[in-house]
Amino acid sequence: MGSFSLLRRVAGAIPSLIGVIIVTFLLSRALPGDPAVYFAGPAANAESVQQVRESLGLDKSWPEQFVRYVLDLAHGSLGNALTTGQPVLDDLVQRLPASMELTLCALLFAVVLAVPLGVLAAAKPDSLVDHLCRALVTVGAAFPTFFVALLFVYLFYYLLGWVPQPLGRLDEIYYSMPPTVTGFLLVDTLLAGDLEAFRGAAAQLVLPSISLGLFALAPIARMTRAAMLTALGSDFVRTARANGLSRRTVLFTYAFRNALLGIVNTMGMVFSFLLGSNVLIEQVFGWPGVGSYAVSAVIASDYAAVQGFILLMAVAYVLLNLAVDLVAGLIDPRVRFEG
Amino acid sequence: MSAPPLLAVEGMSLDFRTRDGRVKALDGISFEVQRGEILGIVGESGSGKSVSAYAIMDLLDDNAELGAARLDFAGADLLAGDRSALRGMRGREISMIFQSPRTALNPIRPVGKQIEDVLVRHGPVPRRQAKEKAIAALRKVRIPDPERRYDAYPFELSGGMCQRVMIAMALACEPMLLIADEPTTGLDVTTQAVILDLVRDLVDHSRMAAILITHDLGLAGEYCDRVVVMHAGHVVETAPVADLLARPAHPYSARLIAATPSSASSVDGLASIPGNLPNLLRDDLPLCRFRERCDRAIARCDSDPLPATEVAPGHLVRCWRPL
Repeated sequence: MGSFSLLRRVAGAIPSLIGVIIVTFLLSRALPGDPAVYFAGPAANAESVQQVRESLGLDKSWPEQFVRYVLDLAHGSLGNALTTGQPVLDDLVQRLPASMELTLCALLFAVVLAVPLGVLAAAKPDSLVDHLCRALVTVGAAFPTFFVALLFVYLFYYLLGWVPQPLGRLDEIYYSMPPTVTGFLLVDTLLAGDLEAFRGAAAQLVLPSISLGLFALAPIARMTRAAMLTALGSDFVRTARANGLSRRTVLFTYAFRNALLGIVNTMGMVFSFLLGSNVLIEQVFGWPGVGSYAVSAVIASDYAAVQGFILLMAVAYVLLNLAVDLVAGLIDPRVRFEG
Repeated sequence: MSAPPLLAVEGMSLDFRTRDGRVKALDGISFEVQRGEILGIVGESGSGKSVSAYAIMDLLDDNAELGAARLDFAGADLLAGDRSALRGMRGREISMIFQSPRTALNPIRPVGKQIEDVLVRHGPVPRRQAKEKAIAALRKVRIPDPERRYDAYPFELSGGMCQRVMIAMALACEPMLLIADEPTTGLDVTTQAVILDLVRDLVDHSRMAAILITHDLGLAGEYCDRVVVMHAGHVVETAPVADLLARPAHPYSARLIAATPSSASSVDGLASIPGNLPNLLRDDLPLCRFRERCDRAIARCDSDPLPATEVAPGHLVRCWRPL
């Protein structure tokens, strides 16, 4: 794929980003509650509330507020979060790696389990694996993530004691935080050469990753199975079989690579679902990511923080779609040539 | 015809188990393919032409139940051998090309690589030589500029080119038998002639035989040596092609010939065959499956199993009251 068509795809994302900026602004204004009252504190009188309102620029009309918001954005500022008193951008940048690490681990867990399961189920319809796949898909889709998360905590922490206390990314009583390089604790601990801390961080990740990953398992397994069945029933697989190609070649080189396109598309979609479900999982596991940040911001009617979070998610979503497009181009030459 | 046939099918029956019952797709099919000939299998859609080929190639779905008194290929019994032996034979000794060539090729793999896959699978061919051989295979089916076409994807080639690629793939290992299942459906008339001329030429200049499956009797008349006419899972007539066209013995063959357009007749003058193929799900299929569409039926058609009458040397008909 040429850099030109890459640029075109990036440019295609700009209108959606503009839309996102407008919608986030309006949405955050639609939140119930008055932030000025909240931040003036319980002891404030009408005058001090008014003062706070003016200092936040909330006394201006919506169009004026919007212009100010856009100008700030143009300068790379998302405003200050009222709850933490820090610039929202700093907060998000500091917390994003925690969420990313959790989401990626969950996705990895889901893919490693769901893709082989889907392939095997399609290769042998109505076999034991096929039924297992169907059962897992049903269970995975039926139970809400936070419920599974709570169940897991009860079972594996409270009853069995297999995992450490589900509070945060690393138990800092036993382990020391590695210096931040990537913000991914699994990577940073290894870079610091601290295997103990690596193990500690991994142990903390297991439950939230699996709870989140189970949710992603169902769509990926179902899509893999369906895409494989379509590919295996296609004319070109019949040709490959007629030419006597081995079962393995037919299954992987012919069917699986063709099915991959649908699987990657689903993975992109699932990844963005996961970014959303993160909010709940982070809350259950005391995970210091952007999801829990957003929840406290919403509760406090913290406009700037909420706007920042939504904007971040939207940008992540756009980038994700771009990545899926690029990968699709690698897999399928036809996508490449459509430009 | 004293030499043993290359392929001998005798008494082959095939049922599909479906949710609605058993589809009796083939019933007592027998035919032979001699070395160096093109055998045409002709019949309307649903008569069992393709499915017979799939049965020979072991490409049937799991719900198929195949039975045959004899299925011999080049002296080997295809029914006795285990399936992996047959898989090794597929693509090397017998290969097959299909209709709609553009979807019959892997859309995301360069065509040269697909030919290589077959070469590497069937012979001790090192990958480096495989590329040269694949290009040679493309050249053999007269694809212009084969070095460049090697890297092309199916969507970059025309339907005719894709069919040539598929033929190149099928012929890569120099099989003894090529089964062509409606190879020119969806191609324009000029391309159709080019493709079939190519097949004819390959048969004439190598030790290969071919089966051409088509619904077009005119096409069969032009390219085949002998023709098998099928109707609703029965072989109704087998004859040398000139013999069949001049003196069809089965009422169905005669109607098929009358329904084939030629340059002399106008569309208005074309005859159609009354009725439809009987539903093969039925449990009360008549002994002769053409019985309900036939205007020559006699009482015996309902009581006695189909005969196999030789009306001329090599011309067999399965009818109690042939023309």
